[in-house]
Amino acid sequence: MSDVKKIATRDSYGRTLAELGAEYDNLVVLDADLAVSTKTELFRKAYPERHINCGIAEANMIGIAAGLAAAGKIPFASTFAMFGAGRAFEQIRSSVGYPHLNVKIALTHAGISVGEDGASHQALEDIALMRTIPGMVIINPADDIEACAAVRAAAAYVGPVYLRFGRLAVPVINDREDYRFEIGRGVTLKDGDDLTIVATGLCVAGALEAATQLETEGIHARVINIHTIKPLDEELIAKAARETGRIVTVEEHSMIGGLGGAVCEFLCEHEPTPVKRIGMRDVFGESGSAADLLKKYELDGAGIYRQVRNWI
Amino acid sequence: MMTISDLQKTAVEVRKSIIESLHSARSGHPGGSLSAADVLTYLYFEELNIDPKEPDKPDRDRFVLSKGHAAPALYAVLAYRGFFPVEELATLRHLGTRLQGHPSMKHTPGVDMSTGSLGQGISAACGMALAAKISGDAYRVYALLGDGELEEGQVWEAFMFASAKNLDNLTVIVDNNNLQIDGALEEVNSPYPIDQKFEAFGFCVIHVEDGNDMNQLREAFRKAKEPTGKPVAILLKTVKGNGVSFMENKADWHGKAPKDAEYEAAMRELTEAGERLCQM
Repeated sequence: MSDVKKIATRDSYGRTLAELGAEYDNLVVLDADLAVSTKTELFRKAYPERHINCGIAEANMIGIAAGLAAAGKIPFASTFAMFGAGRAFEQIRSSVGYPHLNVKIALTHAGISVGEDGASHQALEDIALMRTIPGMVIINPADDIEACAAVRAAAAYVGPVYLRFGRLAVPVINDREDYRFEIGRGVTLKDGDDLTIVATGLCVAGALEAATQLETEGIHARVINIHTIKPLDEELIAKAARETGRIVTVEEHSMIGGLGGAVCEFLCEHEPTPVKRIGMRDVFGESGSAADLLKKYELDGAGIYRQVRNWI
Repeated sequence: MMTISDLQKTAVEVRKSIIESLHSARSGHPGGSLSAADVLTYLYFEELNIDPKEPDKPDRDRFVLSKGHAAPALYAVLAYRGFFPVEELATLRHLGTRLQGHPSMKHTPGVDMSTGSLGQGISAACGMALAAKISGDAYRVYALLGDGELEEGQVWEAFMFASAKNLDNLTVIVDNNNLQIDGALEEVNSPYPIDQKFEAFGFCVIHVEDGNDMNQLREAFRKAKEPTGKPVAILLKTVKGNGVSFMENKADWHGKAPKDAEYEAAMRELTEAGERLCQM
């Protein structure tokens, strides 16, 4: 896929924030000494008076965001996913989730595709943590187009939203005229009736590759992009389960509590269906290039194909 | 402006409501509610620019009870100030109540921030003060913290932030009753010297020798509004359990409700205190 345009969703985030600054005069952006990495620096350049650097103090940053939201601002609070969803979990739960404040938790550098920094910086549990907070919307965009749309949708939505972005440049797969983004609405990218691959984030591109490979063997896999993990598009997933009889979930996250967890929890109660979860198998990540890590942990196109092929 | 005597009488009524609501709830935190009863009365009846008829008025002053376990005291002042009926105080902690065990802004009119997990409220207060700065609004933000709460690392992140961002519209109040659940502060994990720490973090520090004395509170809050360009910390030396003699200075009364006989003794003592004020 070397000819495909690649953009990191953190870049999409920063660029869209800077655009939204002109549209919302009450939009403010918070960072914890990572503005260059999270790309909120693009907003800082355009609106320095509305960019607040909280320093290396993530717990306080979330509280500041809560206070700003309580006073009518729309804060986007950014740091790495590990230090936001992880370190500041209880602040997000009690100061943002419980009062249902209009705070956007926009975290970058999620997943093993962080690469060389290693396990301390590779959040593999952020979706699981955020899912447990009542009323929290969780969006994990697959590419640049979807990330830009997600940031706009989050700004327009009133209530807490967790936005998950990556460090790695990923293929643009949604570059088409009829692309529409709606919170909570999954997107069927490829039809098929032998099984359904439900993927999220950067794994959507890999899932499409795997489906193409399966097609050459006469296996028709449906591919669904779930950008909103909460609220989950239960209708779309139930339909796929009924029509294809087998579900594979794919995510750059722990197999525990993420997309796979959400899909299994729903299906086992409402549409019992065999499910294969693909993700990080209850292990920490490690240092290495993003490409090498995705390959080792079988989360690239070839790895996803292999895991699906071995299962069916 | 209310007279000192009227403020004192109101504080006695607030104390009685604290005891009554805790007795009705059969759980809760009397010690830290009673130590903060006077400052909360002063804030809501004298200091804050608020309107009970319009609890969400955009230009109102904000108050954050960072030591959220003193909720019974906050609810009592809100009720007596007219945010909701005084009779509702008896529903504290009961199923279906608007008066949750710890403050919830989604449940209770007049509550500006949900708190209860120590160390978090002060950050939200800083966020509110910052919002006023960004918008050029004139309202002030007040936060009340416990002294034991100063052991939470997040409060120091927040104080560093308040000073770094020149939040001179923020007044931090510390209820220094010197006791926490497991005993005296120094026995648990001393935050002392509190004043020097605040000064080192860039605050203008105001000492109040008796934080349960209305005259001293009035003087401190007057001084706190003098422009210094810095956030202000008012350090109140208070008595935990203040006003109910058998609860005073007892860590044991941090988090338990009075039993029937204790309830009656406490109410008798407070009623007598109220009568004495009326005879003065």
